[in-house]
Amino acid sequence: MSDTHAETVLFVRETMLPQQEPPSSSTGAIGWARQNLFSGWLNSVITVVAGLFIIGLVLHIVPWFVSPTWMATSLNECRDMVTAAGHTDGACWGVIRERWQQLLFGFYPPELYWRPVVALLMLFVAIAPVLFSDFVSRKLLVVTAAFPFVMPWLLWGGTVWTPVMAALGFVIGYLVFRGFSGRVAGGLALFIAAIVAVLWWVLLSGLVAGAFASVLPLALTEVQSRAFGGFMLSITIGVAAIGCSLPIGILLALGRQSDLPLVKYMCVGFIEFIRGVPLITLLFVASTLLNIFLPPGTNFDIIVRVIIMDTLFASAYMAEVVRGGLAALPKGQYEGADSLGLNYWQAQRLIIMPQALKISIPGIVSTFIGVFKDTTLVSIISMFDPIGLSNAIRANQAWNGVYWELFIFIGAIFFVFCFSMSRYSMYLEKKLQTGHR
Amino acid sequence: MTDTAFQTTAAPSSLKVSDEVAIEIVNMNKWYGNFHVLRDINLTVNRGERIVIAGPSGSGKSTMIRCINRLEEHQSGKIIVDGTELTSDLKNIDKIRSEVGMCFQHFNLFPHLTILENCTLAPIWVRKVPRKEAIDTAMHFLEKVKIPDQANKYPGQLSGGQQQRVAIARSLCMKPRIMLFDEPTSALDPEMIKEVLDTMIQLAEEGMTMLCVTHEMGFARQVANRVIFMDQGQIVEQNEPEEFFNNPRSERTKLFLSQILGH
Ligand SMILES: Nc1ncnc2c1ncn2[C@@H]1O[C@H](COP(=O)(O)OP(=O)(O)OP(=O)(O)O)[C@@H](O)[C@H]1O
Ligand SMILES: [Mg+2]
Repeated sequence: MSDTHAETVLFVRETMLPQQEPPSSSTGAIGWARQNLFSGWLNSVITVVAGLFIIGLVLHIVPWFVSPTWMATSLNECRDMVTAAGHTDGACWGVIRERWQQLLFGFYPPELYWRPVVALLMLFVAIAPVLFSDFVSRKLLVVTAAFPFVMPWLLWGGTVWTPVMAALGFVIGYLVFRGFSGRVAGGLALFIAAIVAVLWWVLLSGLVAGAFASVLPLALTEVQSRAFGGFMLSITIGVAAIGCSLPIGILLALGRQSDLPLVKYMCVGFIEFIRGVPLITLLFVASTLLNIFLPPGTNFDIIVRVIIMDTLFASAYMAEVVRGGLAALPKGQYEGADSLGLNYWQAQRLIIMPQALKISIPGIVSTFIGVFKDTTLVSIISMFDPIGLSNAIRANQAWNGVYWELFIFIGAIFFVFCFSMSRYSMYLEKKLQTGHR
Repeated sequence: MTDTAFQTTAAPSSLKVSDEVAIEIVNMNKWYGNFHVLRDINLTVNRGERIVIAGPSGSGKSTMIRCINRLEEHQSGKIIVDGTELTSDLKNIDKIRSEVGMCFQHFNLFPHLTILENCTLAPIWVRKVPRKEAIDTAMHFLEKVKIPDQANKYPGQLSGGQQQRVAIARSLCMKPRIMLFDEPTSALDPEMIKEVLDTMIQLAEEGMTMLCVTHEMGFARQVANRVIFMDQGQIVEQNEPEEFFNNPRSERTKLFLSQILGH
């Protein structure tokens, strides 16, 4: 052997090994768990305890859910089926099988279920071009414009001429506005147009619709408001209140900032009054007191009354949410718009509101979700929203004592709607992100 | 020609100032509550004049030029812009604002609109220019301020100097007859200051009537034909730049100049 260091050194590497992946103990699932769940003894203990708790919970709940009671026709039958299957406790799903249609449609005539279903589908088509303006053709906005007229017609039925005449009121108002707008101040023209339109709706549209109906009787079977119930009722009230409260809330927020003291204090008074009163009180007013103030003989539909109250309530909150967005805008944005010669409404529409509303998206959507869930409060004025229906179902001898199954079903559907709204708001925020300022 | 805003291209020294009056301020006073911000301001600006306004902080420089397009309201005296007196009549105010461009210290671009949309918005909505034509004009002025390639970005994606040049282009798209600048470079880093000043110098050379609040004395020397010094709400001194810097008359001006040029 020569005197190379091969003798003095035990081993010399002659070829280099290729670089290896980090050992699995520091990456992947194990690495992640080691880093996040078992770093230190305290964390390890907490992880183990929490894990046992979750496992226990699942072991407890899953058997309850997986219960062979789908075909039961009463609570007692459920209990027999559960014992027969060898369990001590189990859900009674028979109630859902028997009553799901009622939970969705209330006492709406079953042969007419297609009408609320079509209305719901139309709702989706109508909101698509508004919510997803990037993907959905603007042509669908025609559906959006028609929806407020078609939806009530589908739900309540009656002659087709009523919604047509209602829409015609807007056309007439618009034409009047166009006719006057050159000659008098913009505000006055708008005012005259509004008066003419209201006169049309109150005095003439009913007569004209009747006349048309007698010539060409196109009509759907009428359905009374008392037959409305379940999610159909919640969605009807919710959609109407949500759709109306945003524009009204924006106007209230702007009014609150107005330089005109009368406008300002009216808006402040309205907002503070509504926010100071519980919604339930307003609903009671809608169901009982309102009739006292209305001229005798007018039969103002209870659902419309509830929608009005819900809308007013939501608008007051919306106004404050929007005001928050307005307050967050730097003063420079107003000055930038002013210095270019944009007038007040142009500045609001093109510069201020797009930014203020974007800032307020989380608050606006929270308010929307709140409005939708609060529609369940109408059960206290004996309308049959899903919660009211669940009480009604329990009043039946066969299902007396069924709570969880109904509430889980109702909760799950509410969750789908509310969670979608919440996800949409996140999507929208991301979409409107235009780089840091 | 698309740009009526740029009339001549002579060198600054030979720039003509017409006899036509662009802005006339007569005995104007303004208060914030009890605080007398502007005292008896008298100022006549001819068309084509380039005026630099200097003065210590809080002396009312911003307030004065903001009165000219009614971002602030004055309480007594008269302001006549382009022959129209500023009163509380909203029609007059919007008309004057569309004739008077303004650039701010913090740019005040609209962050939710692209650069191009920022520039076309007012021409389309205020001047009722067809969209196509507004875009052409906007691109023309964006080229003039040397950032046509940024047209489809958002303001948040641009540097401060670029944003200020967009702000200038945005004002120019309205084809204003007068431009107001309120410390357009004081929020910028030194190397960006130069690019903005170059744009402003170019504008001055093309004959724009300009009122400029700035502490850039080099700019004042190069383009201004009058420097106005304000202190405590009053116009203390006004003169041609050379005279103003070399032979200031009032003590207050001397003190100010020694502070600003002394180091
Ligand atoms: N909205 C306001 N309400 C009350 N006082 C104000 C208001 N705006 C400005 N002031 C006061 O008016 C005075 C003049 O302000 P202005 O902004 O015009 O000063 P300036 O000369 O532009 O100063 P700077 O160089 O710091 O910008 C200052 O003392 C300021 O405190
Ligand atoms: Mg200032």
